[in-house]
Amino acid sequence: MARLNVNPTRMELKKLKARLSTAVRGHKLLKDKSDEMVRRFTVIIKKAKTLREEVEAGLSEILRQFSIARSVTPAYFAETAFSMPSVAVKAECKTESIMGVDVPKVELIGERRSDGLPYAFSEITGEADYSVSMVSKLLPSMVALAETEKAVRMLADEIERNKRRVNALEYVMIPQLQETIKYIKDKLDENERAAVVRLMKVKSKV
Amino acid sequence: MTGKTAIVGDGDSIMVFKAAGVDTFPAEDEKKAREVLRKIAKEYQIIFLTENLAEPLQEFLKRFDETAYPVVLSIPTKSGSTGYGVKTLKSAMERALGVDILFHKN
Repeated sequence: MARLNVNPTRMELKKLKARLSTAVRGHKLLKDKSDEMVRRFTVIIKKAKTLREEVEAGLSEILRQFSIARSVTPAYFAETAFSMPSVAVKAECKTESIMGVDVPKVELIGERRSDGLPYAFSEITGEADYSVSMVSKLLPSMVALAETEKAVRMLADEIERNKRRVNALEYVMIPQLQETIKYIKDKLDENERAAVVRLMKVKSKV
Repeated sequence: MTGKTAIVGDGDSIMVFKAAGVDTFPAEDEKKAREVLRKIAKEYQIIFLTENLAEPLQEFLKRFDETAYPVVLSIPTKSGSTGYGVKTLKSAMERALGVDILFHKN
């Protein structure tokens, strides 16, 4: 490991020692942070997995039903029936901090009527009613999944970045500082011995 | 802050969401989807995107992961799930932990 390019003086030695102790403390803190982030991450990703399975199963069923409904309804009716929603999906968007990472926190607001079909029953088949009301029911799960998956991705990025920092400290910064400190100490000791020898020589001549 | 939800996808898959109150933006291919996303990213906080469009736009979607909003979620189309959503979860886990501890059986 290359040592830093500094003058071997007592002043530098003092400075480097201070830097080393900061680096060691920083390394410990970052390592603890990384451990805790990984723990939280495993909890969140498990939640994301179950939600994802639920949403995918639900949506596949809904879309299958809906395509049946579409195929038996004249295109003209379908266009007009579905294009006027009776409810608007509104969400309260906040952020929540997980280990210093701001992740989204979404809550759906407004009353959700399960019978909120935007069309008359006479025009549209039952499959469509079913799929529209199922979508309304599934929306909270979908929003929760969106929020959780986003948190997973953001946390994964942050863990990766943090790991890099920990490694940089552990394998570059700290060894470099240690080596430089050792070099300066050796150099100072060497100077001291040289001074002693010089004095002894001088004394023997006098 | 009150957020709005939108869905981007091909016409048939997204129509049912319109009836449920989600704003819909039809996009038949990835180029169109990219354009639409760029336009609505500021306005909508939650954006659902069908998997067939999300997969080719993977690189493009990464830029949305830097801030909390907008949240982009990939959803299956009417022809069923391609497993893309699970794949993204898996890759995030491998990046973060180095190993896959949940999805190995798939």
